[in-house]
Amino acid sequence: MSEPATRTNLPLAAIAVFAVIAVLPLFLSDWIGFLVALALAKGIVVLGVVLLLRGGLISFGHALYFAIGAYTAGFLANRFGIGEALVALPLATIISALVAAALGLLLARFRGIYFAMLSLALSMILYTVLIKFYDFSGGTDGLSVRGFAIAGVTPADPGLAQYYLVLVVTAAVVYVGARFLASPLGYLMQAVRYNEIRIEYLGASASHAILASYIVSGAISGLGGALVAYLVGHVSPELAFWVMSGDFVFVAVLGGTGSVFAPLIGSIAFEFVKNYALKFSPNTWQLTLGVFLLAVIYFQPQGLWALFTRSRAKPR
Amino acid sequence: MNILPIIVIDGITFASWLFLVSAGITFIFGVLRILNVAHGSLYAIGAYLGATFILQFAGQEQHSWITLPLLLLAAIVVGLTLGPLIERLFLRRVYGEDEVIGLLTTFALFLILEDVVRLIWGIQPYLVEGPFRLFGRVRIAGIAFAGYPFLLTIVAILAGLLLWFVIHHTSFGRQVTCVINDREMAGALGINVPRIDLMAFALGTFLAALGGAFTAPMTSVEPGMGASVIVLAFAVVGIGGLGSIGGAALGCIVVGIARASAVQLFPEIELFVIYALMVAVLLWRPQGLFGAIELRKI
Amino acid sequence: MTAAMIDVQNVSRAFDMLRAVDDVSLSVGKGETVGIIGTNGSGKTTLLNLITGYLQPTSGRIVFQGTDITGLGPRRITALGVARSFQIPQLYTGLTVLDNILIAIAAHSGRSADFWMPMYRHDCVTKAYELLAQFGLRDQAAGTVSNLPEGGRKVLDVALSVILEPKVLLMDEPTSGVSARDKFSIMDTLMPAFKERGVTTIFVEHDLEIMERYAERAVAFDDGKIIADGPATDVLARPEVRRAILGEG
Repeated sequence: MSEPATRTNLPLAAIAVFAVIAVLPLFLSDWIGFLVALALAKGIVVLGVVLLLRGGLISFGHALYFAIGAYTAGFLANRFGIGEALVALPLATIISALVAAALGLLLARFRGIYFAMLSLALSMILYTVLIKFYDFSGGTDGLSVRGFAIAGVTPADPGLAQYYLVLVVTAAVVYVGARFLASPLGYLMQAVRYNEIRIEYLGASASHAILASYIVSGAISGLGGALVAYLVGHVSPELAFWVMSGDFVFVAVLGGTGSVFAPLIGSIAFEFVKNYALKFSPNTWQLTLGVFLLAVIYFQPQGLWALFTRSRAKPR
Repeated sequence: MNILPIIVIDGITFASWLFLVSAGITFIFGVLRILNVAHGSLYAIGAYLGATFILQFAGQEQHSWITLPLLLLAAIVVGLTLGPLIERLFLRRVYGEDEVIGLLTTFALFLILEDVVRLIWGIQPYLVEGPFRLFGRVRIAGIAFAGYPFLLTIVAILAGLLLWFVIHHTSFGRQVTCVINDREMAGALGINVPRIDLMAFALGTFLAALGGAFTAPMTSVEPGMGASVIVLAFAVVGIGGLGSIGGAALGCIVVGIARASAVQLFPEIELFVIYALMVAVLLWRPQGLFGAIELRKI
Repeated sequence: MTAAMIDVQNVSRAFDMLRAVDDVSLSVGKGETVGIIGTNGSGKTTLLNLITGYLQPTSGRIVFQGTDITGLGPRRITALGVARSFQIPQLYTGLTVLDNILIAIAAHSGRSADFWMPMYRHDCVTKAYELLAQFGLRDQAAGTVSNLPEGGRKVLDVALSVILEPKVLLMDEPTSGVSARDKFSIMDTLMPAFKERGVTTIFVEHDLEIMERYAERAVAFDDGKIIADGPATDVLARPEVRRAILGEG
């Protein structure tokens, strides 16, 4: 990845795409708008997974931050009556970042399967807490998230307002993500994937790069979670279950690590396929996803994104 | 101290239930270096098939002893058909790749199998309580326990002994040990590694299905049972060490006792303790308590 | 005599019973080009590994510009200004040649306030291309490392270390595994680049021809000890040195 040519084209394409998405609500139904917003919010979480995937690390526990962010918004709305997004979103991001900083210190020592297993275990810990401590979290019933407001204003059409909120936040995250990937730390993450030891002999620290990536990754995942909480209007422990993490990993692998947009596009494809497949044939949509994932693994391991960009660098 | 016998017995029966699935996962990992996420689905399929056999052949007489061989048969069928099929068609292509590729592949298989189960058996729960009631209740230390879980414990112990015997006293077992220690060397020594791979995966599949089949009478067989069991199995093998069956056994006992204690003393943390233990062990000793495999931890 | 760049003081390294490096002392001054020669197993590579932090000495001290670097890890030592290249090139095989250089630049700049700036910005890329041009790799910039011939990979491996602007560069058998035709062109590319940058260069070799051509000062190793240390033309002509290295009488 990272050919200068692709990069100079992207900002223009990005603006075009965002412009299209911005005017979509004028043409499409509320439900489609909801799906797009949901997909983008989850796409942010997938981007978080991708940041680590670039370093060869698979996190099977990103549902942890997703749930932390979602429940932050949930608690504020449900327990404190604060539905103000401009409070919840930054708070969700900060809390997730802090947790990621603490856990990242533990996780940064691990690679491969162990990183995956440990990240999974950490998210399952949150899941078990959310399930059991009813007074705290509402147990399996979860919490309803009502009273959504932006800057003190309760919008007349919350769905539409949330749509644009998600769009703006996604644009911001994409910018941050792109800058991060292109920064020295982002480059070092690529190096971690291919030759970690050499990094030491370049005077830099692999753990440093991993920890930084993990914190950014956790932070944006929490942000995505908070957005989803508002969109769906409800939070429940499933948000922390390992299958949720699996979905994020699925989309991340499907889209590939080639660009900040891959996770978003992959996420939109995923949500739409899931939505329509569930309607028409509820017992085959997972099968379809599984077959898709196998196809990517066997034939196009660098993800579907690579099909659309001329990848001059041969992967792995 | 009335709860002590409860903790011990509940702990051991829970451990036995888990052992069959986790022994399979850790064994497969040792041989193929793949962490099989789909193992939970194989467990579920064993349960569904076992339930089906009982409903078909034992019909109204679920209370008869014929149900037990039927469950065993279900497990054997799954092991002999699905096992080789999956290994040959899907896993063979990813050997030698990065270990997380194996993880992703089996995750894809998990997704596929979850729907296969729904397509074949539908989403309604299956109840086959006959065998469970067959074993009635047992009194130990003045407390009444259900009898069936003890059967499960016996099955688990027998399976464990069988595994131990196979690995240490048969030529297949010797070859498997060789492959576990050094795949390339094993090939160079003339061992038919692809055949060992196939048989090992079939054996692991059989164990998972056995666990599922014999669990069927204890619970309602429904979609999603695979997803819940697999994380517990991961916890166990994380604690016990990937690739070590003895480790899996120990991990099961640790998890079983910890959970049973929690249930008696502090029920809210029943599930929490399992994953907390997993994290604790992974942080302290990433290769697990008995970890045989040196994996990249850096 | 000016302060030494690298001062190895009575360093030993034992592996169980084997003394791979036996009470070795060596002092290298600024700007010198030193070749260390010896047969396989003579201890020369072990000495390089000791200086660069891959191994710890069992006794003795290693001092870099007055700073004691004994026992420090490779990252600290490299960050202080002592870089190394590898006998088997350690590269980022899935990435382009240009990206490899950019990673080295990223590692080097990582500590500065530049950490937030994109790597593809103009000055970084220019710097990368300049370096590639100097090392004759400019045309392969967009290709992957796997497409590079062996000689190109060795040069790239060295280039990664050079971009760190090290004060001392240690090279581990820069021409091993390279065809006879290429090894001179590699050294002809590398050595002037170092001289121009004022880099103190220490290279380990077992190839006498390379030593004769490119070393100003030669240090001969045999059986863990230094048996000769002086101007290259002088040392390499001595019979006991030739005997130890080539086995000729």
